[in-house]
Amino acid sequence: MAFKEDHELHKRRFGRNMGLLAVLLTFVGIVFGLTIVKVSNGESIEGFDHTVRYSLEPKEGSQ
Amino acid sequence: MTDTTAAFERTTATTGEASFGDFIALLKPRVMSLVVFTALAGLAVAPGSVHPFVAFVSILCIAIGGGASGALNMWWDADIDRIMKRTQNRPIPAGKVSPQEALGFGLALSGFAVVMLGLAANWAAAGLLAFTIFFYVVIYSMWLKRSTPQNIVIGGAAGAFPPMIGWAVVTGDVASVESVLMFALIFMWTPPHFWSLALFMKEDYSNAGVPMLTVTHGRKSTRTHILVYTLLLAPMALAIAATSIGGPIYLIASGVLNAMFVRKAFALWRRPEEDAQADKYAAEKKFFKFSLIYLFLHFVALMAQAGLAPFGLGGW
Repeated sequence: MAFKEDHELHKRRFGRNMGLLAVLLTFVGIVFGLTIVKVSNGESIEGFDHTVRYSLEPKEGSQ
Repeated sequence: MTDTTAAFERTTATTGEASFGDFIALLKPRVMSLVVFTALAGLAVAPGSVHPFVAFVSILCIAIGGGASGALNMWWDADIDRIMKRTQNRPIPAGKVSPQEALGFGLALSGFAVVMLGLAANWAAAGLLAFTIFFYVVIYSMWLKRSTPQNIVIGGAAGAFPPMIGWAVVTGDVASVESVLMFALIFMWTPPHFWSLALFMKEDYSNAGVPMLTVTHGRKSTRTHILVYTLLLAPMALAIAATSIGGPIYLIASGVLNAMFVRKAFALWRRPEEDAQADKYAAEKKFFKFSLIYLFLHFVALMAQAGLAPFGLGGW
């Protein structure tokens, strides 16, 4: 049982609020996706602190 | 009933309650689909490449920017939208969205689209999108639309920018021959397209006091203008075939489409007004529909040309 009956206004605006929620979630997804694309520049993300940087490792047979 | 609730009810009684769909309608989805398509074409045929996700976000931003300018146009034109049959059901004249809401919505989305495009792609593309919104809202809607019968000739530029923006997303360049010719294709296509609409929507524009060519110069003159612009359009469209994005597929498609368009424009020009009234503007309506197909197929041909290039079937 609901604690309190929904106000008529909330019922009326339910669709609009859900639409806005979808827009905001899409925006979060876009910013996240863009961040990944921009940071990784299409390659796997590599940490720059206290980790091995594979791109700096000499290639096998290069020495 | 408190004063607040009474005031609230008065407000909702006059403005109604906007649904999510009403805000979508403010973005003029049909116009937006053309913007998306031509911007996508500009992006697809441009030399170079962008990450598919960046391309997706860029097209989304261009669409939102185009939609935002539609919302601002509806805010400014709410008074004449109430008079014209074609526009009476738009959210503002229908009382679902208040003009202030539409203004805020349009401004916010414009800023959002421009900044996001700048961050996602580059600031040349973002600047061009900002200029497009400015051009459509200020130059066309606020200034030209109600002051000159040449309104749609110059205002048509706003609709011609999207392929240039798509091109700029990839290249960062706003003024190459190819992108300017794609602009010219839509720019020269707009007058015959809209004037054929004005020929069969005649009462709407005259009732609203919009100086459409049909109202100010008469219908025979409008038919002449359609023919002249169609004749000027053909070389612009064919010139694209000679650039780096053109090729045999585009040349054949454009040649056939332009021959048909010119033939139809010529027939429209020769048509007496009595014949048009007798068959309820059947030829004018057909010409309007064909103009949509004409533009669509030109960009399809350009994209086909670009898509077939890796298989050795591309340009010259």
